[in-house]
Amino acid sequence: MAELEALGVSRRDFLKVCTLAAGAIGLPAWAGEKMADKAAAGAKPSVIWLHWQECTGCTESLLRTSAPGVAELILSLISLDYLETLMAPAGQQAEEVLAAAMERGRGKYVLVVEGAIPMKTLQGERVTRASDAHTAAYCRVGGKTALETTIEAAKGAAAIVAIGSCASWGGIPSADPNPTGAVGTQEALRSVGIDRTVVTLPGCPANPYNLLGTVLQFATFGTLPALDDLGRPKFAYARTIHEDCPRRPHFDAGRFVQKFGDEGHRAGYCLYKLGCKGPATHASCSLNPFVEVPGAWPIGIGHPCFGCTEQKLAFRVPLHDTVEVERPTAPGTYPPLVARRGAISPVATGLAGVAVGVLAGAGYMATRKLDRRHGGHEEGEP
Amino acid sequence: MKVSRRDVLKGLAAAGVAAAAGGVAARERRAPPAGAVGMLYDATLCIGCRACVTKCKEANSLPWDRSQDGLYDQPIDLSGTNKNIIRVAAAGERTSFIKAQCMHCVDPACTSVCMIGALHKEASTGIVAYDKDGCVGCRYCEVACAFNIPKFTWDRALPQIVKCELCRHRADPRRGGIFAVAHPACCEVCPRAAVVYGTRADLLAEAKRRLAEAPERYEPRVYGEEDGGGTQVLYLSARGVPFERLGLPELGRDAVPALSESIQHGIYYGMAAPALLFGAALIAIARRRGPEDGEG
Repeated sequence: MAELEALGVSRRDFLKVCTLAAGAIGLPAWAGEKMADKAAAGAKPSVIWLHWQECTGCTESLLRTSAPGVAELILSLISLDYLETLMAPAGQQAEEVLAAAMERGRGKYVLVVEGAIPMKTLQGERVTRASDAHTAAYCRVGGKTALETTIEAAKGAAAIVAIGSCASWGGIPSADPNPTGAVGTQEALRSVGIDRTVVTLPGCPANPYNLLGTVLQFATFGTLPALDDLGRPKFAYARTIHEDCPRRPHFDAGRFVQKFGDEGHRAGYCLYKLGCKGPATHASCSLNPFVEVPGAWPIGIGHPCFGCTEQKLAFRVPLHDTVEVERPTAPGTYPPLVARRGAISPVATGLAGVAVGVLAGAGYMATRKLDRRHGGHEEGEP
Repeated sequence: MKVSRRDVLKGLAAAGVAAAAGGVAARERRAPPAGAVGMLYDATLCIGCRACVTKCKEANSLPWDRSQDGLYDQPIDLSGTNKNIIRVAAAGERTSFIKAQCMHCVDPACTSVCMIGALHKEASTGIVAYDKDGCVGCRYCEVACAFNIPKFTWDRALPQIVKCELCRHRADPRRGGIFAVAHPACCEVCPRAAVVYGTRADLLAEAKRRLAEAPERYEPRVYGEEDGGGTQVLYLSARGVPFERLGLPELGRDAVPALSESIQHGIYYGMAAPALLFGAALIAIARRRGPEDGEG
C-alpha cells in the first residue's frame, strides 16, 4: 500500500479498482475489499506472462485502462514477474528471469499465455508428443519452441489463463490456411497429453477486467471462476452480446440499419443487417465497457460486432455476413400457426337451438290459433 | 308441334352436359403472366426479427394492432391491421419461422369469386390487386382463399378488404425493371435476404439453385411452384420441416377455380342453359293454360 500511496494512489482509489474487478467476476463488494487487503498485505499473486503468436494487443489493453493510475494499480495487484513487453532485461538475462520466476514460485504462480502456439514441424506435420515439442518449426524464443516453454511453465503453474482469442483458440494466426498450425493453449497442451484446466478469456483483445477478476479471485480465495465447456468464465461469457445489447430494443422492434451512414445508422438502430455477430457471440462487452470507456466497443461506435471471441466466427465468417440467432426471442410472442380465438361451446349452441325451436313452435301454434279464430269468423258470417 | 314435359327436361339435361363439357375443356391450367413478379421466402434464413412486419405497417400506413388486450401490436393472425406476419412453428429441436402474406396465386380463388372485379389479377405482373371503389364488402374472397389471407376491417364504418398487394403503391417507374411495378417493403428491409423480390421465373430458378446447391439443408421442393395451380410467392423450408408443419395447406396441383369455374361457367356457357330453362318454362306455362284458354 505504501508504494501505491507514493504513486499518488489513495486507499480509496485502490479499493474502487478492486471492487470493480470483483464486480466484473460477479462477486460482491466485500470480495473487492478482501482482495485489496490481501494485495496490500503483500500477498500478490506471482504472474508469468508468455507471448507467442500474437500482436500484444491484450497486454496493451491491460496497460491502457483509461482512468489515471489504473495501469499502476493493476500492476500493484499482481506481481508480474515475467512479461517481455514490460521488463527491462533482454536476451540471456530475460531467460534467467523466467527460469528464476518458475523456480521460485513452482506450484504457486499463475501462468498467463498470450498468443497462439504453432504446432507444425518443418515437415508440415503436427507435434503430438511432449518429447517432440522441440521439433515445432515456428516461434522460437531463446532456442526453445513456444510449445516447449509452455509445457515447462504449465507444469509448475497453479493456474493457467489463456488471454485473448489467439491463446484461447488460435485467433488470427489460426485463420486459413493456418501455415504454422497455430492452436490455443488448451488444445496445444491436450494434444501433447497434458490435461490441465485452462481458463480461456477470448477476445481480440480480451477485456482486461476479465483477467484481473480471474487472477484476483484465484489469489484471494484460491478458486477459479465457474467455467463453461470451452473453459470460459461464465461471469463474462455465459450470455451473448445480443442478449444485453444496448441496441436490442431496435432489433425487437424490427428497426435495422440498412447501410452505413443511413438514417437508421445515425439513429442508432440495430446493426444485424450489416453483419453483426452479436447474436452468436459470447462476451460481456455490452455490460462491462472495454478499458472502462463507455461505448468503446464495435457496436458502441456503430460497427457490427465482429465475433472476436468466437472460434467459429472471427477470421472465418466474412465481416458483413449475418449469423443465426443463438437464442431467438421467446416464441410465445409470435403469432401461432393457427390463430385460436374464442369459440362457442356445444352446450351454448344446443341451448340456443332449443330456444329458437321453442320460439318457432310457439309462433306456429300462435298463427294456427289466429287462423282458426279468423276462419271461425268467416264461417260465422252469412 | 307437340312437346312433352319429358322431352323438354331431356333436352335441358343434354344441353347442360354439353355446356359443362365444353366449359371443362375450355378452362385450361393457367400459366403465370410473362412479367409475373413475386417473392421467395427461405425459412432457413429467417431469424424471426419481424423487421418485415414493422416495415410493412409503415409502408402501408397500417395502425397498430389492438386484437390482444394488454399487448402492443402483437397480432395473433393477419387482420385488418396486418398484411404480413411472422408465425412460429416448433420443428423438433429448432424453431422455424414462417412469413404469412398474400401468395399472389397464379390462378387465384379470390379474384374468381369477386363478382365486381374489385380483387383482380394484374395482367402484366400477376399481382392480385384490390380496388376498394369496386368492393361491395361481400367477403367471398375471405371464404374462397385457401391461405386465409384477405381480411376485413370490421371496426370501420366504411370497411374494406386488407391484403398484401406486393407494395405496388411503392413502385417507382424511374427505377425501371421489377421496381417499376412494385417494391415490397418486407424484401427491402429483411436483414438476411430471407425474403427477396423478383420475377417469378428468376425466383424459381434461384430456389432450385439453392435446392441443388445444398440438398441437405432444404425440404426437396419449392412450395408454390405447382401448389394450388402455382403461386407467385415461393417458399423453401428447412430439411425435416415439411410445409404442412409451417401451416401451408396441401392443395394439390390444380387451382380451385379451375374446377369451380368449370362448373359455374359451364352451366352458364353461352347462356344456353338459362335460355333453354326459360324457354321450357314458357312452354310449360303455355301448355298449362291450354289452347282453349287462348281461344277464349
